[in-house]
Amino acid sequence: MLEEIGTTTEGDLIINVGPQHPATHGVLHLVITLNGETIKKVEPHLGYIHRSIEKMCESLTYRQFIYVTSRMDYLSAHINNHACALCVEKGMQVEVPERAQVIRVIMDELTRIASHELWWGAMAMDIGAFTPFFHAFREREKINEIMEETCGARLTMNYYVPGGLMADLHPDFQKKVKAFITLFKNKIDEYDELITGNIIFINRMKGVGFLSKEDAVSFGCTGPSGRGSGLSCDIRKLYPYAVYDKVQFDEILETDGDSLARYMVRIREMKQSIRIIEQLIDNIPEGDFQAKTKAVLKLPKGEFYTRVETARGELGVYIVSEGATTPYRIKFRSPGFSNLSALDTMARGGKLGDLVAMMGTLDLVIPDIDR
Amino acid sequence: MNNEELKTKITELLPSAIFDETGEWLNINIEPTDWLTFAGKLRNEDSLFLDYLFCLTCIDFKTHLTMVYHLSSTKFRHNIVIKSKLDFNNPEIESVSHIWKTAIFHEREVYEMFGVNFLNHPDLRLLILPDGWEGKNPMLKNFEDPVNMIKL
Repeated sequence: MLEEIGTTTEGDLIINVGPQHPATHGVLHLVITLNGETIKKVEPHLGYIHRSIEKMCESLTYRQFIYVTSRMDYLSAHINNHACALCVEKGMQVEVPERAQVIRVIMDELTRIASHELWWGAMAMDIGAFTPFFHAFREREKINEIMEETCGARLTMNYYVPGGLMADLHPDFQKKVKAFITLFKNKIDEYDELITGNIIFINRMKGVGFLSKEDAVSFGCTGPSGRGSGLSCDIRKLYPYAVYDKVQFDEILETDGDSLARYMVRIREMKQSIRIIEQLIDNIPEGDFQAKTKAVLKLPKGEFYTRVETARGELGVYIVSEGATTPYRIKFRSPGFSNLSALDTMARGGKLGDLVAMMGTLDLVIPDIDR
Repeated sequence: MNNEELKTKITELLPSAIFDETGEWLNINIEPTDWLTFAGKLRNEDSLFLDYLFCLTCIDFKTHLTMVYHLSSTKFRHNIVIKSKLDFNNPEIESVSHIWKTAIFHEREVYEMFGVNFLNHPDLRLLILPDGWEGKNPMLKNFEDPVNMIKL
């Protein structure tokens, strides 16, 4: 695309942002048409870390392909695994033990908090505040420690298998999660004090990157990016899976549709995640952590679709099976891909400096977009 | 709406639609030539209001390609799946990117991965594959890349 860079006949300037740019958090390449400082067009160029996960999955068995999906949206690895496990379980018609379901939900919500914390720190750093990054990572480290003890990994967890979990919980799990909840409840107020009420921050965010509800639906924006525009799209509420229908929590909606609204959704969502964990942490049922399944899994001929709510939005897993041990075709409907497509509409008419705030509040994770 | 009501309504809109209820949601098989007008009706009909295209993809069945559209209504919360068989050697279907804007990106992905030609798409070019990519479409079953692909 380099030959396009320069000035157009109308006098507009075309510039590159990325692929190596600190604000893109990965290798995303945007070609931006500028009139002075005003954005006329944003054109994303994807694929710098395209690994063709969908093609790869076609030659992996139903037990193996789950591990590849941890590498898609690496900040919500557990939730990606959950979607795949649910899809295979749907095809196999396996009943997952209650214990595994509860642990899955706790893990998912811990992942959501960890992901939102990283987003919070990185987004604040993008718009010029360096301190929050350290605050966020201090607490995120606690979650990573909990994960490491139980799953043996800090990023690519690979803890869920079709039928349940790979291993039982670490004996210290409940104690550590409770300690984390107590700690985090104080810290989240600290976050609000540091950033949310900060007038400089609000000036950078308010009214920036407006996305209407109609556009959000049309572009398929989900997760906090959709809910910031008032679109009710929380899969945990609409199509409950695991034990989400048995816990009390609110779907967070903000109606302003700007960057501040998307920011507020995520901050408030972290509090809801804590609420879910609190309800479940003392009520983990005893029993098996894994259902009995065959060593070699075969899905019956047919099509299976599941959707879950990751930290970024709706993740869909679509498996087409021909009755073999490997999927015939698998499609991951990743939330980041659809959310990114709205960036052009969001950014038009805005200033170049504000683009960073828009990208920050979309919470882009590039491997999730490229797959 | 439940499946029966959906079926009645959809038969009204497109008499040639063929239904398949084996899956989780109502599957509707249509001819690719019917797709554009039918899509507009699905989106704009008040009692259907399928405003959310949550998955758009293609499947290579070796003899033909099948386009799959998963649609949902944010108002009534019903889901349907539209399927359309395309000719393997000359796959083309009308673009629906002006009805559901998410299709702009998803159709570009299907275009480069499967070689489906979307008629009247505003910006049909490579999205994920590198500029100057030549040769076959990587998601097709007959795709071979002896250099970069390791057969499992």
